[in-house]
Amino acid sequence: MNELVFFINNVIVAGSVTGSIYAIGAVGVTLVFSIMRFAHFAHADMMTFGAFMVLLLTLAFPGAGAALGLPTAVVMLPLAMVLTAGLAVGIDKVFYKPLRAHGVKPIVMVIASLGVTLMLQGLIRVFAGTSGESLYVDDRKEIFRLALPFEGVRAPIVVTEPQIILFVLTIICIVGLHLFLSRSRLGKAMRAMSDNPDLARASGINTNLIVAVTWVIVGGLAAIAGTLLSLDVTFKPDLSFFLLLPIFAAAIVGGVGHPYGAIAGGFLVGFAETLAVFNWGVLLRPFRDSLPEWLANAGNLAFVGSEYKIVVPFFILVAILVWRPTGIFKGKVI
Amino acid sequence: MSTQQTHREDLVASPSRFPLREAVLFTILLAAIVGIYTAMGAAYSTRMLVEASCYAILALGLTIQWGYAGQFNAGVMGFVALGGYCAMAFSMPVNGEFWASPLSGELGMVALMALGGVLLVVGASKLHRLGVPKPLRTGLAVALALLFYLLVSTRLGVVTEQIEAQHDYIGGLGLPPWMGWIVGGAVAGVVGYFIGKVCLGLRSDYLAIATLGIAEIIKAVLKNADWLTRGTATVSPLPWPVPGPAEVGFTLARALYFSITAVMIVAIFLLLSRAYHAPWGRMIRAIRDNEVSAAAMGKDINHRRLEIFVLGCILMGIGGAALGSFNSLFDPQGYLPLNHTFLVLVMVILGGPGNNLGTIFGAFAVYIIWVMSEPLALAVLDLAIAFGEGNFGWEASATLDSRALQARVFVIGLLISLVLRFAPKGLLPEKVKHHG
Repeated sequence: MNELVFFINNVIVAGSVTGSIYAIGAVGVTLVFSIMRFAHFAHADMMTFGAFMVLLLTLAFPGAGAALGLPTAVVMLPLAMVLTAGLAVGIDKVFYKPLRAHGVKPIVMVIASLGVTLMLQGLIRVFAGTSGESLYVDDRKEIFRLALPFEGVRAPIVVTEPQIILFVLTIICIVGLHLFLSRSRLGKAMRAMSDNPDLARASGINTNLIVAVTWVIVGGLAAIAGTLLSLDVTFKPDLSFFLLLPIFAAAIVGGVGHPYGAIAGGFLVGFAETLAVFNWGVLLRPFRDSLPEWLANAGNLAFVGSEYKIVVPFFILVAILVWRPTGIFKGKVI
Repeated sequence: MSTQQTHREDLVASPSRFPLREAVLFTILLAAIVGIYTAMGAAYSTRMLVEASCYAILALGLTIQWGYAGQFNAGVMGFVALGGYCAMAFSMPVNGEFWASPLSGELGMVALMALGGVLLVVGASKLHRLGVPKPLRTGLAVALALLFYLLVSTRLGVVTEQIEAQHDYIGGLGLPPWMGWIVGGAVAGVVGYFIGKVCLGLRSDYLAIATLGIAEIIKAVLKNADWLTRGTATVSPLPWPVPGPAEVGFTLARALYFSITAVMIVAIFLLLSRAYHAPWGRMIRAIRDNEVSAAAMGKDINHRRLEIFVLGCILMGIGGAALGSFNSLFDPQGYLPLNHTFLVLVMVILGGPGNNLGTIFGAFAVYIIWVMSEPLALAVLDLAIAFGEGNFGWEASATLDSRALQARVFVIGLLISLVLRFAPKGLLPEKVKHHG
């Protein structure tokens, strides 16, 4: 049973954590894909920017969280979301809108977003340095140990406070996004524009407004995803290129332009990653006596070493591009 | 009728004129190089020129992909690293101790096992031709692939651990460096072929995502496979194809190296110009500018795209190998997206995508600015610190030096954005000859 608890801690909990972060990130990418029709490479750095804003605010008001009984970083999150949303809208105004007005190919927009990502990276690193920093400035990371009521189980299930916050926030995000897209006027207009931009414009939808709203949502989601990632581990200014691949893989697996698909894709990629680096030898340990010798003595039975984690999303990406380029939920833009 | 009568400038082959823009830009470049020679000394400046010429080969590779065919490769770094690895693996002396030990035989067995596994899996994936139902065939192939992957990877793990413990790493092949350069180009081309095969028929964004990923993967493998590359311990010194600095002195040795890279650039330039003006080049441009009509003319679009992409990757591999040999140090961690992908991108879009002369100009100009910006950034920073301490009593952070260099990341990003916005065709735009 101890092995099962180990499995739950290392796969179920860890997989849902990575999965939630990828899912929220992929929703942002897929929204840009569906409204503006290009792969937005600056998304990972927007996430870092959001987390950095949270870090700055937390450093400025370290005691603010104690009054509400939450970590200060979470209390500061809404403010950071507003700032990141503002940044996203500003970037669009300055860098993407003129190019869109020229009617450039989507691939030029991709390069422009790479330029933006480098600028953001440079700015963040100039101010934040290159080393990691914890978002828990004045608070303590609570760790919950849930002992299982079975005989012979010594190891407890370990869940940390930021992980619980993460699950709650992910559910709020998904439900909120669903309500927005299916019930509100703006959300319906967004879906209309994603289906057919010309028809949407012809039926009187203000496409400029939709673009701005999309950037606000994308910026807000990016801030949430970045902060959750930094809360779970630490704030690192140089993660972006490692985040981009799993996030894009998640968006493409789910079907480009499909927010629900992106959520499914995010969890799929997150769990695939954790399952691939999990040492399956641990689960075989209880049956050690009845196994053939070569299997029982194999030390590490993980599919890939954790240093090659990035291979997993790439492999998923290639597999989906070969077999089903539209994604599991038939994306619209190929 | 009137539209046919009007005399359109851009439709007629313009009479050959004196290339004023080119002359001015290259004169400025030459003046800058001369200035650096007098200010920084011959040895330093020659090194800069050699590195710039290696980057020019990379930039020519990217200008084929981006300028000729509109494919965006965001993983130049991966192909550069592959080239660098091949240069290292071919030119380093043979590790006789390892080859004499039984471990070399075991490594060979693992390689054979992997080869057998690949053959079996490929065979299984063709089973439908023998009448096996397709779902069964797919399941069988996937199961076989998983089984062999697990078998080979566990076996490889054991063998490589012993190699690292007993012999450090497997060493090189002791062959002349230029063989490594050619093989580096070939290996980069093969990797490019597989990436292109998967992505080129789809949205153009997917190629950018996939190349970005493969670059990080290649770097991760080179960094962590200590038995192959010594990983973070780095390999040095790599031999040169010309007499090294120890024999003829720094300046002369670097000048000799430069003569080799310069000949390579000239050869590549001439071949590319020929291809560009040949029917093949016209076809490639037709595909780039109007895919649908090119397809209607019966051109095999995906095949041509793959051709172009692989050709570009081969050039990147060769350039990366030349760069790796020149650095005389193989350090997988030294390959950075900024230095080896985005710097090359700036060279191409600033110089003029699709214009080979412009690309070479861009490569030299941007590299000189890049090298000079390092002391410049530090000097500006020192000035700011001195000013701040004198007037406001600031305390300078110890990590400020490394942070100032990060400002260059920002400048590269800004440069990309500005060029795309205000000079999308670069300083020396592509000249398309029309015959009207």
